[in-house]
Amino acid sequence: MRHADRRYVVTLALLGVVTAGLVLVQAEALATVLSGGGGLFVLVGVVAARGAFVWLGRVVAQREAASVKAALRKRVLRDGSGSTGAVTTLVVKGLDAIEPYLAGYLPQLVVSVTVPVAVLARLSFADWTAALTIAVTLPLVPVFAALVGMHTRERTRRQWEGLAEVGGHFLDVVRGLGTLRLFGRAAAQAGTVRAMAGAHASATMRTLRVAFLSALVLELVATLSVALVAVPVGLRLLHGGVTLHVALLVLLLAPEAYLPLRAAGAQFHAGAEGLAVLEQAFAARPPAMVAGRRVPDLRVAAIECEAVSVRYPGRDELALDRVSLRLAAGERVALVGPSGVGKSSLLAVLLGEVEPCAGRVLVDGVDLRELDRGEWLAQLAWVPQRPTLFPGTVGENIALGTDVDVLSAAQAVGLGDLVEARHTLSAGERQRVALARAMVRDSARVLLLDEPTSRLDGRTEDTVLRVARDWSRGRTALVVAHRPALLDAVDRVVELR
Amino acid sequence: MRLVVAVLVGVAAELAGIGLMTTAVWLVMRAAEQPPMSALTVAIVAVRTLALARGGLRYAERLAGHGAVLRAMVEVRGRVYESLVRRPLRDGDALTRLVSDVDAVQDAVLRCLLPACVAGLVGVTAVVVVPSLAVGVVVVGVVLPLVAFVLADRHLRALAPLRAVLAERTVTLREGAAELRAFGALEGELARTDAVVDELAVRERRGAFPAAVLAGVAVVVQFGVAVVLLVQASPAHVVLGSVAVLEVMVPLTGAAQKWAEVRGSVARVREVLGAQGKSFDREPLVDVTGYRRIGVVGPSGAGKSTLLRVIAEKHGAKGVLDDAHVFERTVRENVLFAKPGATQAELDRVAAIADLDVDWDAEAKLSGGQRQRLFLARALLADPDILLLDEPVEGLAIRHGDEVLSRVLDAARGTVVLVTHRLAPLQDFDHVVVVEDGQVTQRGTHDELASVPGYYRDRWISEHIGDRSVMPTVH
Repeated sequence: MRHADRRYVVTLALLGVVTAGLVLVQAEALATVLSGGGGLFVLVGVVAARGAFVWLGRVVAQREAASVKAALRKRVLRDGSGSTGAVTTLVVKGLDAIEPYLAGYLPQLVVSVTVPVAVLARLSFADWTAALTIAVTLPLVPVFAALVGMHTRERTRRQWEGLAEVGGHFLDVVRGLGTLRLFGRAAAQAGTVRAMAGAHASATMRTLRVAFLSALVLELVATLSVALVAVPVGLRLLHGGVTLHVALLVLLLAPEAYLPLRAAGAQFHAGAEGLAVLEQAFAARPPAMVAGRRVPDLRVAAIECEAVSVRYPGRDELALDRVSLRLAAGERVALVGPSGVGKSSLLAVLLGEVEPCAGRVLVDGVDLRELDRGEWLAQLAWVPQRPTLFPGTVGENIALGTDVDVLSAAQAVGLGDLVEARHTLSAGERQRVALARAMVRDSARVLLLDEPTSRLDGRTEDTVLRVARDWSRGRTALVVAHRPALLDAVDRVVELR
Repeated sequence: MRLVVAVLVGVAAELAGIGLMTTAVWLVMRAAEQPPMSALTVAIVAVRTLALARGGLRYAERLAGHGAVLRAMVEVRGRVYESLVRRPLRDGDALTRLVSDVDAVQDAVLRCLLPACVAGLVGVTAVVVVPSLAVGVVVVGVVLPLVAFVLADRHLRALAPLRAVLAERTVTLREGAAELRAFGALEGELARTDAVVDELAVRERRGAFPAAVLAGVAVVVQFGVAVVLLVQASPAHVVLGSVAVLEVMVPLTGAAQKWAEVRGSVARVREVLGAQGKSFDREPLVDVTGYRRIGVVGPSGAGKSTLLRVIAEKHGAKGVLDDAHVFERTVRENVLFAKPGATQAELDRVAAIADLDVDWDAEAKLSGGQRQRLFLARALLADPDILLLDEPVEGLAIRHGDEVLSRVLDAARGTVVLVTHRLAPLQDFDHVVVVEDGQVTQRGTHDELASVPGYYRDRWISEHIGDRSVMPTVH
């Protein structure tokens, strides 16, 4: 019942109780009709009601699954960790796996409690020896399942690891096919692929032989108890010990006690997988929000980087190695240097996207990490090296959530005609969208421009540079430059090496 | 063959279950007539035997089914691999999808094909014994699954565009997160994506509705048949036997829905298996004979990596291409496969040149810089006539990368074709080509190219832009 909404569980319990009731009434009616009594209409009514409740149960379960999926999708969208590919897979497809758990396994689990209890209760009135038989055998199922489970847990765990290994090996070899071909080793690997999969198949079968034992016990207990109930009841019937009605009732109800357990067992694996995905999704935790200090007025405040270093996770080399740089208020500085030296990383530090592993950035003497990030970003305008284009028109992409007039900015960068366009843009057009995006933010005091004209042709670059020069006047600007033309638009050039 | 055995065992198991219920009911009904004990003996033995048989056969069926499918998957994996060798798939995402498609095929056999065959044979047997069951068997075993399949298929198709929108939005949200945060637009974009999520949930709920109706109908038909048989005054064991028969067939509706989900995967795997190898007869844009050191530069996506691949196909060249892969094996195995049988001394030599300093027998979990050095060591060990290097020192600190590259160039016996974004190493190359939009736009030596306007000179100036600066800087 982990990760299930309380109201949903209560609804399931109610449905489970009704289902149990219907099972009893149906058996009662069938037994009556078969033993020569009337009541066919009751039977018809019960069958219709069972159909209706199966429908209702499914609808309720699917609704719940859809709502929970939607809530988790939103949660993972905000706080999911991992690569873009992993998050996208989880959001779009992965979360579907919770459906068998929430809408299949959980309802079945509830029914496998209510129905056996109801059957036992009814039978203890009708024929207590049959009730006793079931009461004794029924617990064998979970007990034995637990015993087999304990016995095979270690092996099963190793088996799943092995499974992942074979899957991983296949993926690994398939991904490395280009390399294998290049070195002329591709054909030799075909045998290895088969051998790995074959070895795994044999190992899996060894484990399954034991793991399926619990299913065997379940089946045997269920079928044997029918025999254990039917034969004595038949014999007592022979001697007039019970009525035919009771005998039929016993015979009809006995298998019903085991049926839901069998169904729950069949859904156990799908359910376990869904639960694992649920836990993965619930593991997404929002980052702690820290209220930062007021940001100084950047029209007058200087920004100073003190021996800032950056190291990305999993990399040996520093992406940025002890860089010191002072930006006076209103000063426009070009940053040059070979690619890979950390120019973009320095901008990422100023944006607060990356934390330095050593050194610090001071804004008017205050560490950037202590400042209120929202307020800091509100005074910044950034043109990234590879701008992202969001779904929507070019105009919407320039405005990016604000309701400013984008037309003049779009015209300034030569995109006036494309404001309403939705189609894919060329790299140069994307870069101009990013420039316009930054330019419409009138409140920006500090500009961070990362190779803002790298994808523009010469003529467009001249136009854009003229506009950018006017716009940047009076603002502090740090420009990652890669072309000589940009250097004329700044006050100072700094080289990173 | 193994699958046929699994199906037959499954049919036997289900028939035993049906027989158990039928015999038990017959036993009770007969007992009520209070015949002599001897009239019941056979039935009593039959009930006990069928009860045991049913449990045992189910166990055997599950083992046989899983065994057959797992064996079949060994062959499928092998054949998929061989098809990929004949016809490579470059896209990493497509490969990952293919691997999960192969897993889905396993699911399709175990959860759709096997149950369908078992239920089909049980249904046919039941109709042969009790012809009046035909309508019920056809409805539950054929009509409902067909309707379920069509509905599920339509539902999935209707969801597909919305899922595509969600995927696109998720990707831009993640990749553009820094921009959205910087421009204070993250909340708005999240809200718009939430709307897509909600719309998806609404459609999912709506699509679940007919499926739920089908499940209800299946139950009504299952017991409705029993009611009809009762009205026709059929014997009790036939009535309850029919319920047991249809019980076997009800899960087919779910299997049909599952089939709607996995059939795309099955089709993709079949397509890969059926694909013919294509012959590779493209001519490289650059004639590599006659030069010793060839440099290739150009913007990303211009066709540099493709050029190297064409050279590799045509001349059997080896080296470090952009899809170079570290296998999940030891470092030694990762290097050694380029020349099986190489001695430790040879390994140490190439490792020294490539500056690869890791434990030979550790699993190769490497950082970006170490990966590149492993690739270089591997390429040097193969010692090809033509060595291809695609951005071989990416991920190394610049100066370190220059040093490693220069050692590798010194060690290379034959021709070297180097793709690089950094032009400094090209100064003493005897031929440099600029590739833009899949075409060679400039060719010559470094000095020639650096002296004429164009892509190469722009790059050269920007690489050395700092040399012009007079400003003091950084550490």
